Amino acid sequence: MTALEVRGLVVTYGAIRAVEGVDLHVDEGECVTILGANGAGKSSTLNCLAGLVRPASGTVELDGNPIGGLPAHQVARRRLTLVPEGRQIFSALTVRENLLLGGFCRPQGELDGALAHVLEVFPALSPRMGSLAGTLSGGEQQMLALGRGLMAAPRVLMLDEPSLGLAPLVADQIFAVIQEIAASGIAVLLVEQNVHRALQVAARGYVLELGRIVLEGSATQLLGDDHVRMAYLGHGLGDDE
Amino acid sequence: MSPSEILQQIVNGLVVGSVYGLIALGYTMVYGIIRLINFAQGALYELGAYLGVAVFGLLGTFATRNPILGLVVAVICSALATAAGAYLVERVAYRPLRSAPPLTPLVSSLAVFFLVISIIQVVTGAQPLTYPQVLSPRPWNLGPVTLTPTEVMIAVVAIALMVAVNFYVQHTKTGRAMRAIAANTRSAPLMGINTTRIVTITFMLGGAMAAVAGVLFGINYGTVTYNMGEFGGLVAFTAAVLGGIGNVPGALVGGLTVGVFSSFATVVLPNQWQEAVVFGILIAVLAFRPQGILGERVADRA
Repeated sequence: MTALEVRGLVVTYGAIRAVEGVDLHVDEGECVTILGANGAGKSSTLNCLAGLVRPASGTVELDGNPIGGLPAHQVARRRLTLVPEGRQIFSALTVRENLLLGGFCRPQGELDGALAHVLEVFPALSPRMGSLAGTLSGGEQQMLALGRGLMAAPRVLMLDEPSLGLAPLVADQIFAVIQEIAASGIAVLLVEQNVHRALQVAARGYVLELGRIVLEGSATQLLGDDHVRMAYLGHGLGDDE
Repeated sequence: MSPSEILQQIVNGLVVGSVYGLIALGYTMVYGIIRLINFAQGALYELGAYLGVAVFGLLGTFATRNPILGLVVAVICSALATAAGAYLVERVAYRPLRSAPPLTPLVSSLAVFFLVISIIQVVTGAQPLTYPQVLSPRPWNLGPVTLTPTEVMIAVVAIALMVAVNFYVQHTKTGRAMRAIAANTRSAPLMGINTTRIVTITFMLGGAMAAVAGVLFGINYGTVTYNMGEFGGLVAFTAAVLGGIGNVPGALVGGLTVGVFSSFATVVLPNQWQEAVVFGILIAVLAFRPQGILGERVADRA
């Protein structure tokens, strides 16, 4: 069953057209990635789906209900959750408060259980619960941003460049967790520059170029595609790994 | 000055300063979440003082027979009406300017300030209004200092309200949403926080506190004048900056500090120097410790 269905999405900033009619869908429990270079329109797509930017045209449906054009807080309440690029945690608040804010729309009674669940996924956050979020390391901040997203009990979790600016080893940890999240049945829409990693985690992917989807397919298909290998994986034609 | 005179001035300063702190809350909370110096706050304080005495008058014989109850009704009505006024100000003068450069709403807030004060001046004919004497004017001798029951009541009410507001900001869901917006305006809506609604609540809360401060001022001095919001508003702004603008406990600390300084100024210097001392503090803070007593550095986010 389709969780998120996007048709003909167009995003413009004044005269600039960042997204030019994107169609994509994420099935329930599926992990899907959007690949593309800088400026291809990946973040614009996610920001628009999250309600931070109004679509110029197109439709967005979550579980069959239209949500295109709703403001961000109403999209969040419908549990289409964005973990934004650059983490965007609440630095001046404690780790615990950040997580509780992630569950802002949930009934008070569910929060303790949700906190316990997030700490199971990210045990490293446990000893830091009382610390100000701004004092965490980059990797911990990304875990916090992911944990904050999980607190919302998302229908679809949208992740914008979760490995950005992290040391390779830390990025590995983050991808391992994303894999766990996807395996737990939460639908994930992952935007990544690290194409290799993204295709290891995701079942399916779209390739976005200049605001249009130029290619889509299963992760295996995309990994084997000459264009993807040339443009995003740094392999020449005929190269073997 | 003898030690008991010094102590007396400190106590006087704390009483007046608690009222300034209450007004400063509105400046500091609004600045905290939308980075706006809301100069209309001084006018809301004056509006609250006038609405309080007007409601007390409207209660007629009920208020004259039960002055304390009448005053409680007056202060609650004034706070609610001023909160509604603050809502109107936010809706009309700031919300349309949400995406304008920061200087634009600042100028708009000054316009609201002068507009409200001018309206009060016209409506009252610039005549001072007299506040009722509710509590006994006979001072209590508390060791080396004397205090009237009114002064004690003022300090208790003002400080209790400030502690309550601080609790609200630190420990309730709405308060946490306010702090989330202050910490990261962009990602707060992603949590499901309705930023517009929280900003409105903040304005209304600040307006209500200013109104209570206005009534307390009226009770303390017995009369209110159409220009009380000018000095009071600027002193409270000084208090907010001194405490660390954006910092809620800082409003209390700043208010009490400014109160004590200006109280000493009236003893050591001729009376007309009081304003010079207060605004000298403002200049000194801005020059030497712009983040205030409790605030963190704000240069990067201003």
